[in-house]
Amino acid sequence: MTLREWFKSGAPWVWLNAGAVTLSMVMVVGLLVLIAVRGFGHFWPAAVVETTITQPDGSQITVLGQVTRSQTLPASVIRDAGIEVAPEVTFVTRHLFKQGNRDVTGRDFVWYLQDGMDAWRYPAEVIMLERREWGNFYGYPVSLLEDGRVVTQGDEVFSELRTRVKRANDLHERIHHIERYEIGAVNFRMERVRLGERRLDLDDRIGDTERANRLAAFAEQREALNQEYRSYQQNLDALYRDLRRDVLVARTMDDREIQIPVGHIVRASQPNNMNVLQKSAYYLDRFWEFFSGYPREANTEGGIFPAIFGTVTMVLVMSIIVTPFGVLAAIYLREYAKQGPLLRMIRVSVYNLAGVPSIVFGVFGLGFFVYVMGGSIDRMFYPEALPAPTFGTPGLMWASLTLALLTLPVVIVATEEGLARIPSTIRQGSLALGATKAETLWRVVVPLATPAMMTGLILAIARAAGEVAPLMLVGVVKLAPNLPIDGNFPFIHLERKIMHLGFHIYDVGFQSPNVEAARPLVYATALTLVMLIIVLNLTAIGIRNHLREKYRGESD
Amino acid sequence: MNSRVDSITRPDPHPPSPSLLPTGAKRERLRKWRYFKDRFSRYGVAASGLGVVFALALIFIYLFSEVMPVLKPVTITPLHSYALSPEHGQGTVHLTVERYQEVGAQWSDTGEVRFFNTHDGSLRKALSLPLAPDDQITAFGRGDSRDGLVAYGLADGRVMLARVKYQLTYPDDQRYIDPQLEYPLGEAPLVLDPQGMALQNITIQQSGQSFAVAAHTEDGRIVLARFAATVSFMTGEVQINRLSYELPPLAVHSQAMLMDKSLRTLLIADQQGLVHYYDVSVPAQASLVQSQRVVPEDVAITAFEYLAGTVSVIIGASDGSLRQWFLVRDEQNVHHFTHIRQFQSHPAAIVHIAPEYTRKGFYVVDAAGHLGVHYATSHRSLAIESMGHGPLQFVAVSPINQALLVQDADGQLHFNTLFNAHPQVSFKALWHRVWYEGRAQEEYVWQSSSASDDFESKFSLIPLTIGTLKAALFAMLFAMPLAIMGAIYTAYFMTPRLRGLVKPSIEIMEALPTVILGFLAGLWLAPFVENNLPAVFSILMLMPLFMLLFGFFWLRLPNQVRLRIPPGWEAALLVPVVLIVGWLSVVMSPLLEIWLFDGSMRQWLTDIGINYDQRNALVVGIAMGFAVIPTIFSIAEDAVFNVPKHLTQGSLALGATAWQTVVGVVLPTASPGIFAAVMMGFGRAVGETMIVLMATGNSPVVNFNIFEGMRTLSANIAVELPETAVGSSHYRILFLAALVLFVLTFIVNTLAEVIRQRLRKRYSNL
Repeated sequence: MTLREWFKSGAPWVWLNAGAVTLSMVMVVGLLVLIAVRGFGHFWPAAVVETTITQPDGSQITVLGQVTRSQTLPASVIRDAGIEVAPEVTFVTRHLFKQGNRDVTGRDFVWYLQDGMDAWRYPAEVIMLERREWGNFYGYPVSLLEDGRVVTQGDEVFSELRTRVKRANDLHERIHHIERYEIGAVNFRMERVRLGERRLDLDDRIGDTERANRLAAFAEQREALNQEYRSYQQNLDALYRDLRRDVLVARTMDDREIQIPVGHIVRASQPNNMNVLQKSAYYLDRFWEFFSGYPREANTEGGIFPAIFGTVTMVLVMSIIVTPFGVLAAIYLREYAKQGPLLRMIRVSVYNLAGVPSIVFGVFGLGFFVYVMGGSIDRMFYPEALPAPTFGTPGLMWASLTLALLTLPVVIVATEEGLARIPSTIRQGSLALGATKAETLWRVVVPLATPAMMTGLILAIARAAGEVAPLMLVGVVKLAPNLPIDGNFPFIHLERKIMHLGFHIYDVGFQSPNVEAARPLVYATALTLVMLIIVLNLTAIGIRNHLREKYRGESD
Repeated sequence: MNSRVDSITRPDPHPPSPSLLPTGAKRERLRKWRYFKDRFSRYGVAASGLGVVFALALIFIYLFSEVMPVLKPVTITPLHSYALSPEHGQGTVHLTVERYQEVGAQWSDTGEVRFFNTHDGSLRKALSLPLAPDDQITAFGRGDSRDGLVAYGLADGRVMLARVKYQLTYPDDQRYIDPQLEYPLGEAPLVLDPQGMALQNITIQQSGQSFAVAAHTEDGRIVLARFAATVSFMTGEVQINRLSYELPPLAVHSQAMLMDKSLRTLLIADQQGLVHYYDVSVPAQASLVQSQRVVPEDVAITAFEYLAGTVSVIIGASDGSLRQWFLVRDEQNVHHFTHIRQFQSHPAAIVHIAPEYTRKGFYVVDAAGHLGVHYATSHRSLAIESMGHGPLQFVAVSPINQALLVQDADGQLHFNTLFNAHPQVSFKALWHRVWYEGRAQEEYVWQSSSASDDFESKFSLIPLTIGTLKAALFAMLFAMPLAIMGAIYTAYFMTPRLRGLVKPSIEIMEALPTVILGFLAGLWLAPFVENNLPAVFSILMLMPLFMLLFGFFWLRLPNQVRLRIPPGWEAALLVPVVLIVGWLSVVMSPLLEIWLFDGSMRQWLTDIGINYDQRNALVVGIAMGFAVIPTIFSIAEDAVFNVPKHLTQGSLALGATAWQTVVGVVLPTASPGIFAAVMMGFGRAVGETMIVLMATGNSPVVNFNIFEGMRTLSANIAVELPETAVGSSHYRILFLAALVLFVLTFIVNTLAEVIRQRLRKRYSNL
């Protein structure tokens, strides 16, 4: 077959069409692989490289850090950036070093050119410290001080350091517990007392003696709370004193000795001195911290637990709202409403709401739920807190409601589909046995359609979990001080603002001052979200396929 | 019949056991209960179903109701009319209302300020300037409304500065406003004209601690003085520094003078209808730059005022016309006093103009008793109403634009409430080019806020609409070919086994949160594209080429290899091709940059005059295309797959090749479905927020350059809505943007849905 005939047969077009599918699939898989590699790779302790760089002027500097990535670029690109490169060079390779020590050098990520770089060395005794402030530290341990006296020096420092870091972390754990739960509860009750007093102020139906009595009671409660608070505070002071006991003296790459309080260290390791097993243990430890920990350093380090918790809580509240209404609406449209052109119009409109941009729902949520409904609720039920809004500000409740509205069409469509799939013979059989319409519906039809409703609900959850744009308007924040569920009455705080995985990605990736440092964490967060959504979707698809098979058998 | 009778008459061998059925009464109750449950279910379900439908409809209703107030017309409601007591109330030169609209102030030509209650005209306080009895006032001038500064020029060339200060106290939790006079440069008049001639016209302005006063003297000279007050640390004494200048003279009879807040411009209107523009930025070298006729011949300037911000001048004329002029800078950096726009004319000569305090609106009264409400930026004349009080003399607006005080020729005062909340919004302001202050020509600009108070809000929706369309366009350019071609192949050529894998994968891709696509686009793709720009284009060109080459090469392979893989697996065969071409393009990219673009394609683009932003439409196109592909793919695939088999089989039986069948039979049949798919994809691209927010610079530019960013309607809402004041014009315009998005996507989707339903019907008929 000649080229000409081949073209005439149309086969090249088939190949091109096939290529479109291939390209799409390669992109999908590539995207998932990219996120997975970057996301999972974040926790692995990469080797710490030391090298000496001879600069164009002949001076030498020592660089110590983890190589984040390397690039080969045409030399002119580098020259345009204002860096001198010898004129005969056409390509330049450069490496991005994460050299940490932000408190010492001010820059924790620096590009270094391959030219003039010595061979890379991997000194075994280099330590990497994850700190609570200023990011990572890379350097060599010198000595350990306890209350200003040297305890250990030389080779012993690292093992001693690890035990003391563990002690410091235990102390931190206790401090955290007291601050978050115990003092948090005291503050919560204190605020309730304040609001109680304010409510008393606003209520003019109460007699003078009654008022005085109540005020006295409030004062008593406040005194008790203050007492409690002071005792916690004393506890805390003691713990903080303990925490400040140990100090590590370490040498940086440019031979400066600095003191690092052990209380600031989260984790100490010697990446070049670890075998695969130790590295795996380290990996799992960080992985666990990522899922269960609280964020540190403006969200660029630490864990994403509050974001996961916030997302899950919001989605649950949304499910509770959307399921009954979506299912009832679908039953109405399919079973009760008079079928006709008007209903067809309504149905098409409802379906199309799924295609309306989510930001529009956000605008509606902010305007109607937050300002109109929330404002009214505040005026009616929380006058004592005004002018500080309780429900008249974005929060969990409004975020869930907005998403419920957004996902209603998804649930309605899936349920309707499920109802339509149930063979009419089953319905007729039930009616023929004398059951009323309601009995047929609730005892026969709806139970059969439950899996379809589940599918709809799961799809709705998947959509809600990934939606960010409307949430930016109605209740998601970069850092929520409290979880929406805690031990204080009424346990679920619908008015609180929440953190959210999707928004966390946006915020950390684009609003954070140190994007380079935040990048790995964003990938890891994205991976979490993608996994969550893929699992949800696969479940939904599985249920749907299972259903199709089931009814195909029954209706034949 | 017979057998029944038999069964009754024949004796029963088994004695009847007591019936297990409930008794009649019980059955009756049960039936009622079941009937009730049935009804309850019916009405309960109907109520909640309709409730849900209503809740969804509420979205539209609510958005609409938030936008509607923009269209509410200006209303002026007369409240009180009164005359000030006879010993007061004559010789007014200036009228104001303070922020709470409780106290009005009337400045007289004798240097007296009368503060009265706006609701009944009763005098609250009368204060006089500390002038000597023989000082004779010859001129009055005032500064920017918000400074509240006034200057009285005296017959001996001296000048007196004052301003009102309202002190708020709360005795018994009630607000009490106590007006006071302040003298920023001391209580003694200051010398303005060293020659001591009477001042005919005067103007004043304050910039920081520096005051500038200019005046036209009786003998035709123009004098300018700059005062600065410094407080001595040691004694607390106020030291006044004075620098006085004499400007090039003007042999005309001046009508009014204005100085801007930056103290650079002096405008003098004369009685012949000319405006003379002095550049006084360096007072010692001040020069007359331009003398410009601003009204037709035989028409006189009767009112001459700066708008808030002291950039635009509104000129009212004896024929009732109103014009806006301001200084426009040309390419040589020279300012020209330029006519910008003309407002709807009043039926009689303009008497007085009162500018708003923070917006670019102004209120006008004329000699026939009409009150006019105009807005400069949106070029609207919102109302021209006869007040019915005969000729009017003065008008004053409250700083929050909710009350108007009007004085008629008999000295009667009329207090009115005013509703004028959204004068900035008009069809023209949103969709047409507008000449904004300080700009060289008419432009489309979206700039909703700034740090400065007297900033002119620029609410052109064109840049946002263009940005939305631009993003959607590039996304569709990327997505359409891939999705439609992929759909045709998947539905028509692919083996079922592969199809079972591909289809769900792409459907899962649809559920991928856009925030993830946006973050990858912004943090990974944008720098990647910037560093490997040639790779993007070489992939675009080489990919189809190599696919075809591979196809032809495959055809030439010996049959035992070729036949091992049945048709329908082409897509799988192409995987290595795609990977290799992609990898090669990236590897070759730096080499290409050196060979073709002097080492940096980005620099090369900039050199030939194409702007390059790192986060640009190309990146958005790819990322958003990625988000749109699954939408288009799954609907188009359905349409192609559901083409009745007997049609394609007929075509094949007649000898057409598979591709000829696709082009001749499948595509024509499925084209409405594919069109619907494209529309759905477009609807999604238009409303997508996160990708655009993260993958563009969000600058509202008006162009279709693929290497520049854009700002879309949706991203704009996400950025600005949380920060705007509830109920403001800006807030309502953002709601309008949301409404536009809502209606647009709703129409597009509905159309697509209707097309799909009709197609389904057609398929079932075929």
